[in-house]
Amino acid sequence: MADKEHKSLGMPHAISLYRRAANSLVVGAAGLAVFLVLLPLGAIFAYLVYKGIGSLNWAFLTETPKPVGELGGGMANAIAGSVYILLIASAIGVPVGIGAGIFLSEYGRNRLGNFIRFTADVLNGVPSIIIGIVAYGLVVLSQHHFSALAGGVALAIMMVPTIARTTEEMLLLVPIQVREAAYGLGVSRWRTTLSITLRTATSGVITGVMLAFARVAGETAPLLFTAFGNQYWNWNWGQPTAALPLQIFSYAISPFDEWHRQAWAGALILIVLIVISVTAVRIAAGRGMLRGAN
Amino acid sequence: MSNGALGAPRLPGSQPLAKPRIAVISARRESLLRAGDSRIADQIFYIAMLACGATILALVVLIVFELITKSSLSWHAFGFKFFIASEWDPVNDKYGALPFVYGTLISSLLSLLIAVPLAIGTAVFVTELSPRWLRNPLAFTTELLAAIPSVIYGLWAIFVLVPLLRQYVQPWLAKYFGWTTLFEGPPYGIGMLAAGIILAIMILPIISSITREVMTAVPQQQREAVLALGATRWEMIRTGVLRNARAGILGGIILGLGRALGETMAVTMVIGNRPEIAKSLFAPGYTMASVIANEFSEATGDTYLSALVEVGLALFLVTIIVNIFAQLLVWSVTRGMPARSNG
Repeated sequence: MADKEHKSLGMPHAISLYRRAANSLVVGAAGLAVFLVLLPLGAIFAYLVYKGIGSLNWAFLTETPKPVGELGGGMANAIAGSVYILLIASAIGVPVGIGAGIFLSEYGRNRLGNFIRFTADVLNGVPSIIIGIVAYGLVVLSQHHFSALAGGVALAIMMVPTIARTTEEMLLLVPIQVREAAYGLGVSRWRTTLSITLRTATSGVITGVMLAFARVAGETAPLLFTAFGNQYWNWNWGQPTAALPLQIFSYAISPFDEWHRQAWAGALILIVLIVISVTAVRIAAGRGMLRGAN
Repeated sequence: MSNGALGAPRLPGSQPLAKPRIAVISARRESLLRAGDSRIADQIFYIAMLACGATILALVVLIVFELITKSSLSWHAFGFKFFIASEWDPVNDKYGALPFVYGTLISSLLSLLIAVPLAIGTAVFVTELSPRWLRNPLAFTTELLAAIPSVIYGLWAIFVLVPLLRQYVQPWLAKYFGWTTLFEGPPYGIGMLAAGIILAIMILPIISSITREVMTAVPQQQREAVLALGATRWEMIRTGVLRNARAGILGGIILGLGRALGETMAVTMVIGNRPEIAKSLFAPGYTMASVIANEFSEATGDTYLSALVEVGLALFLVTIIVNIFAQLLVWSVTRGMPARSNG
């Protein structure tokens, strides 16, 4: 035993050819895997930019869709509709999500908290098309209309668990001493939570909200039978509303070249919006989210 | 001060005497004083936050309730046969969901087959092999794949992936692997194979990021110990890291499976949407999620709608079970780790 160790210590080349070959093979394979993963990413972005920029023009951003066969027209109503639906979704989903996150971190160190935490993870894994069915049953059936509100409710349901879990995580990073200092000054608990704890974790919480927002912004499945889509402008929350992902979907599966072109332009707009928000989040999060506490 | 106010009501029979010296200005002020500094406000805040938390529970209950009540019609009409019958005929109101179950399972398994080796390879490279400065950019880039919306994957698949498959990949597969009978029939491009590939690209980031997470959870000493015994890099990764993280990696894979099962738009756009069970991967198919996406808003008749909701109920139950199982596996490895912010 001692002899052997001595040998390999003395002669590093004692590592057998087989072992060295296996090592290089795996290193090479892992590198290849990275390449194969980055390949579709590059391909998608390159093609998207190439096709999208070629089809973008002023009319695309300012006009509503033209009937089949006519050239021109745009997705202005779909872009506005998407923003509208996302605003409804955020108005419902963000407060509830943050509230649930506060509950989990400040009052949730018990059985009930664990159960809610677990349920939030379950809800996060529910396929988005199922959420669509539920929003349909909840809003569309009672309103007797496909509507912007139904789409907003569907997206809000998807936002809540994500926001709740990230908010909880961020609030837990705030040191307990910060809270104790506030209590020591006689500040009440709710005031401490809102003005001290939540305030300290603000940028982290915003990160979570933005991530949830970016995630639902591109969702199509839950809007299919809630917001439904619309060829015209609509600002009534009780009426069917166009949305960018829906429009991209219906144009992509259509047989018309002009519509394909517009689908690419729409996809470019959508991805630019999402990438901007995700990158902004990265930068904001990288700047030290607990500056106030440290 | 508040002590006196608090103590008062607790003495039975001596209320008039123990009344605090502050005169009763109003009933409301008295109740505030008696409750201590801001106990009522704290109570209200607690209840409001509890309501928000309970919303999550309520939502899940609501989903289950909606799916069960809305699918009862179909359940009563077809019973368990719904899942073994393969005829989907809205005209004659006969519904069997087997083709969708089959399509969902095959496309998801195919995607796992492609995605798992790539995802683990990427995770190994990022956490163990790549130079330090390259780690964060690589991790960020793979996560960017997760930020692309499903509908854009579908769009890309229709106009880039499918023509590529039709012209180059499928003829080649048919020529050299046709004997397996998995690659038979005319190369449409659209079909099970295209769906599996696009799903694989979509579930890669989740598997890869969870694998990374559980691999970083393995203590550094493990690696050093194995290296000190004279192991090569790969032997260190195999015995020191992968073996310790395997439960978590399996969890990541199953989470990816859960994602693939429920994925709707991209699959709908390339799978061909034909309710048939075909052995060949070139043939078009249909999945549970895409049949709902395609037919729900056009479903006329209560039984038709109810049958679609029942497909949704089945999909819901399967993804929930898969997700819970995966979550438990991941927890078994990462539990006890301090909360990490960004890599």
